This record gives sequence, structure tokens and C-alpha cells, in this order.
Amino acid sequence: MTSISLSAIEKSFGNTPVLNGIDLDITDGEFLTLVGPSGCGKSTLLRILAGLEMPDQGSVTINGLTVNNVRPANRNLAMVFQSYALYPHLSVAQNMMTPLRLRDLSFAGRLPFLGPVVARERYREMSAQVGETARVLKIDHLLDRKPGQLSGGQRQRAALGRAMVRKPVAFLMDEPLSNLDAALRIHMRSELAELHRSLKTTFVYVTHDQAEALTMSDRMAVMMEGQILQLGSPEKIYNDPMDIRVAEFVGAPKINLLPGTLDEAGHVRCGGMVLSRITSNETVGSITLGLRPEHLALCEQGALESLTGQVVHKENLGADIYLHVSVLDAAHRIVLRATPDEGTSVSIGQTVHFKRLCGHAMVFGKDGGRLGLSNAAHESVAEVA
Amino acid sequence: MSETALQGTPSVSLASFRFSTAETVKHVVLILGSLIVLLPFYVMVSYSFKSPAEIMQNTGGFFGAQELFRDDYCIKLGRDIADCMVTPIIYNYTTAFEKAPLLRYLVNGLVVTVSIFVIQVLVALPCAYALAKLRFWGREAVFGLVLFCLLIPVHAIALPLYIMLAKVGLTNSYAALVVPWTISVFGIFLMRQFFMTVPDDLIDAARMDGMSEFSIIWNVMLPTAVPALLAFAIFSVVAHWNDYFWPRIVITGDRSLFTPPLGLREFKGDADGDNFGPMMATATIIVAPLIVAFLIAQRRFIEGITLSGMK
Repeated sequence: MTSISLSAIEKSFGNTPVLNGIDLDITDGEFLTLVGPSGCGKSTLLRILAGLEMPDQGSVTINGLTVNNVRPANRNLAMVFQSYALYPHLSVAQNMMTPLRLRDLSFAGRLPFLGPVVARERYREMSAQVGETARVLKIDHLLDRKPGQLSGGQRQRAALGRAMVRKPVAFLMDEPLSNLDAALRIHMRSELAELHRSLKTTFVYVTHDQAEALTMSDRMAVMMEGQILQLGSPEKIYNDPMDIRVAEFVGAPKINLLPGTLDEAGHVRCGGMVLSRITSNETVGSITLGLRPEHLALCEQGALESLTGQVVHKENLGADIYLHVSVLDAAHRIVLRATPDEGTSVSIGQTVHFKRLCGHAMVFGKDGGRLGLSNAAHESVAEVA
Repeated sequence: MSETALQGTPSVSLASFRFSTAETVKHVVLILGSLIVLLPFYVMVSYSFKSPAEIMQNTGGFFGAQELFRDDYCIKLGRDIADCMVTPIIYNYTTAFEKAPLLRYLVNGLVVTVSIFVIQVLVALPCAYALAKLRFWGREAVFGLVLFCLLIPVHAIALPLYIMLAKVGLTNSYAALVVPWTISVFGIFLMRQFFMTVPDDLIDAARMDGMSEFSIIWNVMLPTAVPALLAFAIFSVVAHWNDYFWPRIVITGDRSLFTPPLGLREFKGDADGDNFGPMMATATIIVAPLIVAFLIAQRRFIEGITLSGMK
């Protein structure tokens, strides 16, 4: 069992606070993603875990041992960097061999020329390990090449290989896919997830791409301004965001936010819409209503509680068509998903009517926190929403 | 379509050979410049081929007539005139090696320049690494001092340096030739600028792999810094191979420690007049290693110089 835990981590660079009291427990074998916009401190958190940065406050424990003062090399973690960071003067095989050489060989064995003679047995084992890892990653035909002769995807694999050979406690990945082109990135997403399933090792993955976080992770932590806003499974984060910033960050296209009000009965009103579910929160006043594009559907004119607006832009993705509609006197723009059947006939400038699907709307209070809604079956408006 | 393409082709090739005033002026200036630079070399090589009479009268073209002439020194030794008739080119080059232990001087030059360069690298790489990649209190101040040291001319501190070496009793030794140059501020500065461009990720990856900081310097930074090191090697080796000033000061008696430029003094005319032929032969031999090394590694040298942004 190798569990990693970070508690009360604080870090600031000069006068700029980067991390404000982060607590995070990572269980053995899970794929945990730290996701957030750039500058939110996610990479710093990973580097603190790796030992490349010292936290100002708080402690890092691996397997129950506090490792604050342990050198990165002795934490037995492997890291994959965004720029791959392969040694440019060494071949792929030598690159992958380096961590093994440094960990498993005595000083004599590391000597040039003499080393391979002294520790012949170890060298044979090491090259067998390298060959095996290369086969898993399908780079065994590239072992003799220098990193400069490899494509981006191949370098990525070589960097993964260098991390994998020594069987670390956990893999730390700092935006490993962001230098790849779009098609390869999507392909590597599934490969990494499969690799994680077959290795059964802990992965801590940092990304600013919410799609990577949603597709790959067991749990994801959404970070902003040096804090973890929400930690949970991708489904939970997407469907049940606890904060308006989380709701905005996760999901593409972005969630639609509309201003609304909360009346005394606990009903949320926005334009012509009234939510049937009520909130127990007593604060009456303005709130924000969040509606994901897929929770809106085109409908006939005059349908109950529908919104009306003008199509200003249309994005055709093949399987889905996203319509950008300006609503509420052109003050707000809403993105809604339509099926190709419905969407193709719509042209820009046209006026469309749409309504929300019941039970999906999210309500956020003035401070950005989520307001809980509960079904109130006895209410007269129940059938509507 | 095909016709226009055919018509187009000759006009394109004509255009590429068109006379251009700007290009011509550029090349004339460059050719004149290279002639001015090459002329002393031409004279040096030419004199090393000629007899004293041809040098004095400025005859014989580049190569001289190579007619036998009488070696007066040989006659003074009391030998027969027939034995003392020599071909100028052979005379010049053999005298260069006989009159002064030129081979010894060349070896001295090699020992001194190589040890200076090696020790400079041993000092400059860790310094540059610390200044470029490690965060410590006072780093900027230390770098400021390094820059300040770049401003100090060697000649200004030559005398105190000499006195220090003399007090320690190191004059007239290899140490006197090598030690004052072992810390190259320019080398530290150049390598630091290069190390700044090495991505931090590479160093972090090495740390994760388990390398110590010194191991990072020699196993990661050194191999990536080869172009910059070559640039530095040119400056260091050329400067110290050709240096006349410092060896002239610290090597006062022991002729077996002379470096090649000091060896040239052996031919400075004393009582029996100047001996330009052997002197120029010596000069040719001294510059030859640098020229050969340059020709072999020409492309790497130019890469290095453009990289360092110097000259």
C-alpha cells in the first residue's frame, strides 16, 4: 500500500501566495488529476510532491513517512515533464537506462568503460528491463536513436519509458500531452489510461485541459487560486459542481450562466422560467442559474417556459451542432446543443425557441457557492420543471 | 500553361546572374579586407622560404629562387665553403629547430594551453551552473562581481600578480604560466549565459533520476554545452597560445620553459644581425597548429562564435 498525503501545504514565491493550505490524500493505484487554469498552483503542488520545491508550511507523507527533507531521487517517484526533458546527447536506450544506473549501480559500476565490465550481470539485467519497457511502449525499434531524431509522440513515449523502467511508487505527470498535436493527444489519452490500468500504480496527473481530466482520471481535483475547490470523481465534478468556478471550468462548451432571482418561497426565477425545485436557503435575492448546453433543447414557439433568442453563431461538429443564441434582450449569450436533424435547418440570424430539460439546472448563490435544490412534489409548478 | 512555364525558366536563371552593384561593392570591400589581413601571413610564409639576400633585396617573388647560398655561421665554425652551401628553405626550417629548441617550446605551449583550458572548464562549469540554475542568497551580487571582473585588464594587475608569484617562489615554473589564468571570468560568464537557455525541466528530470548536483554538471550540462565550450576553447587556446606578455614576465631565466612566442625572440638580431629567414620559419611553425585546428573544426568554430554572440 502506497498512499501519499499532502497536508496543509502552503507555498509562496516572494510575496505571491501560490498554494494556500492544500490537503490532499492520494490512495494507492488511483489516477488523480490536478486540473485548473494556468497559474493556479497545480504544477507547484506536483513539484512539492516530487521534492523539487520545498513547501513553506505543511508536510508531504509517502507510505506514512514524512518526506519533506528527502531528496527527490530518494522518494522513488517518477516524473514526466511537459517538455519530456530527455537527455539530448544520449540515445533512447541510454536515457531509459540512466535512472537504473544511478539507483542500482555502485560507484564502480557507474564508471565509464570499467563499469560495464565490473557489473556485467547488472548491466545485462538493466538492458533487459529497458528492452521490456520499450516493448510495452512500442518503442523498441527506436532505442538507438537520439531524442532529436524522434517525433513528438515518440519522445513522449521515451519519456514515459524513462519513468517506467524503475517501477516507481507513483508517476507524476506535468502536462505530458500538451506538446502533442490534437489527434495524437486524444489517442495518447486512452493509451495513458490503459497504461494506468495495466501498471496499477498511482498516477498524479497535472493538466489545464478539463477534457483530459474528465476522460482519464479516477478522481480529479479542480484547483484555482492556490486552493482545491472540489475533489471527486469526474462524473461528480461535471454533474454536481459545488462552486460556480468549477462549473465554469469543467465542460466544453462552457456552462451557460443566467442571472436570476430567488423568491421567498425558495423558487428560482429567471426570465420566464421558474424552477420547480426549491432551495432551503433563505437568502432572497439575486442568484446565478447554470444550464449546460446539453440540458437545453429546441422546441416549438409558445411552449411552456421556453426562452426565445436569435442565433448568432453555429458550430457544426458533425455529431452535434452547437447554436449560440443571444437571449434576454441580447444581454446574454447561451450555447445549446442540438442534434444534426434539428440543427441543420437553423440558420444564423433566425429566431429560435428552446427550453431546459427538467432537473438539471444548477443554482449558485452570490458568493459562487452552490445552492442545494430539493424536489418539492406538493408544489403546483412541479410538472413544469 | 507549359509555354509560359518554359518562357519563365530562362528569365529566372538570368535574373540570378544579374549584375548587382551592391553585391559587387560588398565583395570588393571584403576582398580588400581579407588581403590586408592576409598580407602579413603572405610575407611571413614567403620570407621563411627565401635566402637572406633575397629578403634584403626583396627579390625572388613568393618562393625565392632556392639557389644555394653560403652560410656565414658555418664558415665561422671553420668548415669548408663547399660544405657550407645551403638551400634557403631547408636552411631556414632546420635553423629554426636547431638554433632554439623549438619542439620543446611547442610542447610547453601545448602543456600550458591545455592545462589552462582544462582547469578553466573545471572551475567555470560549476560556477556557471550555480549562477544560472541554483537559487541562493546573493546570487545576483556574485554575478555582478563576475561582470565587474570582466572589466579588469590583465596588464593592470600584472605587477601585483608577479610579486605574489615571486613571493611564493613560483616564477620560472609551469605553475606561473598556468595558475593566474585558471579562473576565467569570461568563461564563467559565457557558460552562465548558455546554461540560462537550458530548460529547467532537464535538470529537474536529472534530479528525479537521482543525480547529485555535481553529477548534473558533468553528465547533463557538459554534454549539452559542447558548442559553447568550443567557442570558449577558441578564445582561451588562441589567447594563451599566442600570449607573449605574461610568459615574458614570469619566465625570466629558464629557457626550457619558453612558450612558442618567447621562442621567436631567439632570432632577434644580436651581434651578428637579424636572421629573418629562420625567424619567419619559426613564426610559421608556431601559427600552423592553430590554422590546422581551425581548418579541421571550421564549421564547429563558426557555430560556436555565432552562438556566443562575440565578434
